[in-house]
Amino acid sequence: MSHEHEQATEHLHVHRYPPRPDQDDTLTYYRAMEVAVRELLIEKGVFTAVDVRRQVEDMDGRNSGRGAQMVARAWLDPAYKQRMLADGSKAAEEIGLEVGPLKLVVVENTPSVHNVIVCTLCSCYPRMLLGLPPDWYKSRNYRSRVVREPRAVLAEFGTVIPDETQIRVHDSTADMRYLVTPMRPEGTENWSEAELARLITRDTMIGVALADRA
Amino acid sequence: MTDVVAPQFHVGDRVTVRAAYPIGHVRTPYYVRGKHGIIERLCGAYPNPEELAYARPGLPKQPLYRVRFLQRELWANYAGQPADVVEVEIYQHWLEAQEQA
Repeated sequence: MSHEHEQATEHLHVHRYPPRPDQDDTLTYYRAMEVAVRELLIEKGVFTAVDVRRQVEDMDGRNSGRGAQMVARAWLDPAYKQRMLADGSKAAEEIGLEVGPLKLVVVENTPSVHNVIVCTLCSCYPRMLLGLPPDWYKSRNYRSRVVREPRAVLAEFGTVIPDETQIRVHDSTADMRYLVTPMRPEGTENWSEAELARLITRDTMIGVALADRA
Repeated sequence: MTDVVAPQFHVGDRVTVRAAYPIGHVRTPYYVRGKHGIIERLCGAYPNPEELAYARPGLPKQPLYRVRFLQRELWANYAGQPADVVEVEIYQHWLEAQEQA
């Protein structure tokens, strides 16, 4: 090792963290293909760079508040809940939530059934209602384990399901997307729809958590 | 000729997933192949994703079902409760009527 190099290394040690590399991304085969296709479509006038940016912004801006609005309505209105369980997409549109081509299946937690959602093949997720999926939802750990040891995985989330409650894991392998309606906590009888919606978090609608007054 | 295959199964029917292992874009998970389940619902008919993946039209559309499997049927040493289930979407061309025991 040259003297110069030693000095440079020592200089780096002065900073607590190594500097971030200038290029924080690698241009892989599929990334190059995405850039090429996007540029061609913009050149051909199919859409503009502004359209792309706006779509990304919209996608990033969506959050689980949309799903929570649906579930809160279902908690308050039994007739709405029945329509929602029969046809999730139609029920979303009924309260003004645009879901596009999404085919939504809503499943209901009860004292005898607990539902949890996964996509073992990739990361299918009801993005129109919950926003972007959390990183753990896309991890191999969650995807491979929740279908074969759901009780153990749920316990790691702090969610312990009683033995007498059946667990139903829903694997979104094809065209449907799933949303769990958690059980409404006791002691919320006179709460408004907006108050209730605050208890209905992303994780309760994936099924890895229970709605809780705390 | 219609572009939709007629549904062949009804809710509650016992079915077996084909134990086939073709290469390509297949949306039938390995862990249910060759396993027995029950039709939970018919989800409608959709273009075959195994064809769509190669830029073909995927017609005729295939009926898509949600099939319910007992965890005990899928995993030899399932550690949860006997009533626990997994529900998976499977296209009709992957399903066969289960032989009566």
